[in-house]
Amino acid sequence: MRVKLDGDKVRNDRIKKVEEISCQSVYRCYQCGKCSAACPATPEMDMLPNQVIRYLQLGMDEKVFAANTPWICASCLQCMSVCPKGVDLARIMEAIRMLQLRKGKNEIEIRKFPKEYLEKAPQIAFISGYRKFLSLS
Amino acid sequence: MNYQYFPGCTLYTKGKSLDEAGKRAGEKLGFTLEEMPYWTCCGATFPLAEDYDMALASPTRVLARGRKAGEKLVTLCAVCHNVLKRTNHVMKTNPERRAKVTDFIEEPYGGDLDVIHYLEVLRDEVGFENLAAKVEKPLAGLKVAPFYGCLLLRPKAEMAMDDPDNPSIFEDLLRALGAEPVDYPMKAECCGAFQVVHSDAMATRCSREIIDSARARGAEMLVTACPLCQFNIEERQGEMAKGEQGFKGLPVLYFTQLLALALGEPAEAMDVSRNHTDPRPALQARGL
Ligand code: SF4
Ligand code: SF4
Repeated sequence: MRVKLDGDKVRNDRIKKVEEISCQSVYRCYQCGKCSAACPATPEMDMLPNQVIRYLQLGMDEKVFAANTPWICASCLQCMSVCPKGVDLARIMEAIRMLQLRKGKNEIEIRKFPKEYLEKAPQIAFISGYRKFLSLS
Repeated sequence: MNYQYFPGCTLYTKGKSLDEAGKRAGEKLGFTLEEMPYWTCCGATFPLAEDYDMALASPTRVLARGRKAGEKLVTLCAVCHNVLKRTNHVMKTNPERRAKVTDFIEEPYGGDLDVIHYLEVLRDEVGFENLAAKVEKPLAGLKVAPFYGCLLLRPKAEMAMDDPDNPSIFEDLLRALGAEPVDYPMKAECCGAFQVVHSDAMATRCSREIIDSARARGAEMLVTACPLCQFNIEERQGEMAKGEQGFKGLPVLYFTQLLALALGEPAEAMDVSRNHTDPRPALQARGL
């Protein structure tokens, strides 16, 4: 894959914001790929977890913000448990979601849940789901 | 002995059997779970964004109220436990965030409530040997796969309960009850968690892999401490069965249900109405 780097975009404001919200530096990662090997959600993802961080290092945040990966992440913390560099990738995923939620993006539609489903599913599924997928405003 | 107890939003409704069996088992072991005086939902997910202080307000309020009433707080739901314990860690170690949150809730709190899980009460306060001595109906070599899931033990440094890569607390408990714990590679994997409201395909696949892994090692059932794991791994079996003729499910029980059973509570008291795969045949086969 040929990637063209744009010097102005590397470490741009949005990437700085991701680092600020997640309290993680994207440059710590040395691309060993352990996070992606450990992640249980990769079959449904269109970009591997280690690629998310690689694109952020290269200033290609549009790709990351267009990917489904941060939305498929289940915050299970497997990636941070195995990372030899101590990167908490789950926090980076959260920051990417947050920046979109704070602009009013909704990822799920509450009204679409069938009634029988609401009757069965535990509250914690919905409450954490709402926190992860519904805009905060 | 009385323990101050935080039930959380799910344990009086969809996760009733986790709560009820836990209370019954406690009585048999000589302790009472006493609901804390005033509580709210913990938020059901620990906020991973460092600037989202608002999400710490409700768990911190629970902790502050808990501290007023006592020194310890027992939890049963793995999700609540994770949120309360991690919030407590922030309050203890991050003075800046603590000041912001406690100012907002207008209650002082210094992170000095001891949040413990019911499993820790069994291990550290009752003791597995004492527990084994109180077992009235040993589980007769029942092959049970302990399912830890993602949040009970992680992150390791903050939860400080057991080693997430090689845990033993569930296995030791099962042995004390006379069951045979099944070792299988997926025991601390994720069941799909809250993705069930977003990508149910992912929750179905993850849950399926867990069931297959436990089954391959001879498990007759799974136990968990989390109402979300219980729901995903149980309820998704309906979806799994659709795609496959002759699909065989695996019952998923709360650990408190097996605990109460081993301590002499009648099997009928175990509410299994919510189970997609009925655990009763497996129990009956072993005379339980
Ligand atoms: S495990 Fe850590 S260092 Fe390795 S690729 Fe993932 S984030 Fe980077
Ligand atoms: S926290 Fe997200 S990215 Fe990390 S392993 Fe879990 S699902 Fe994958």
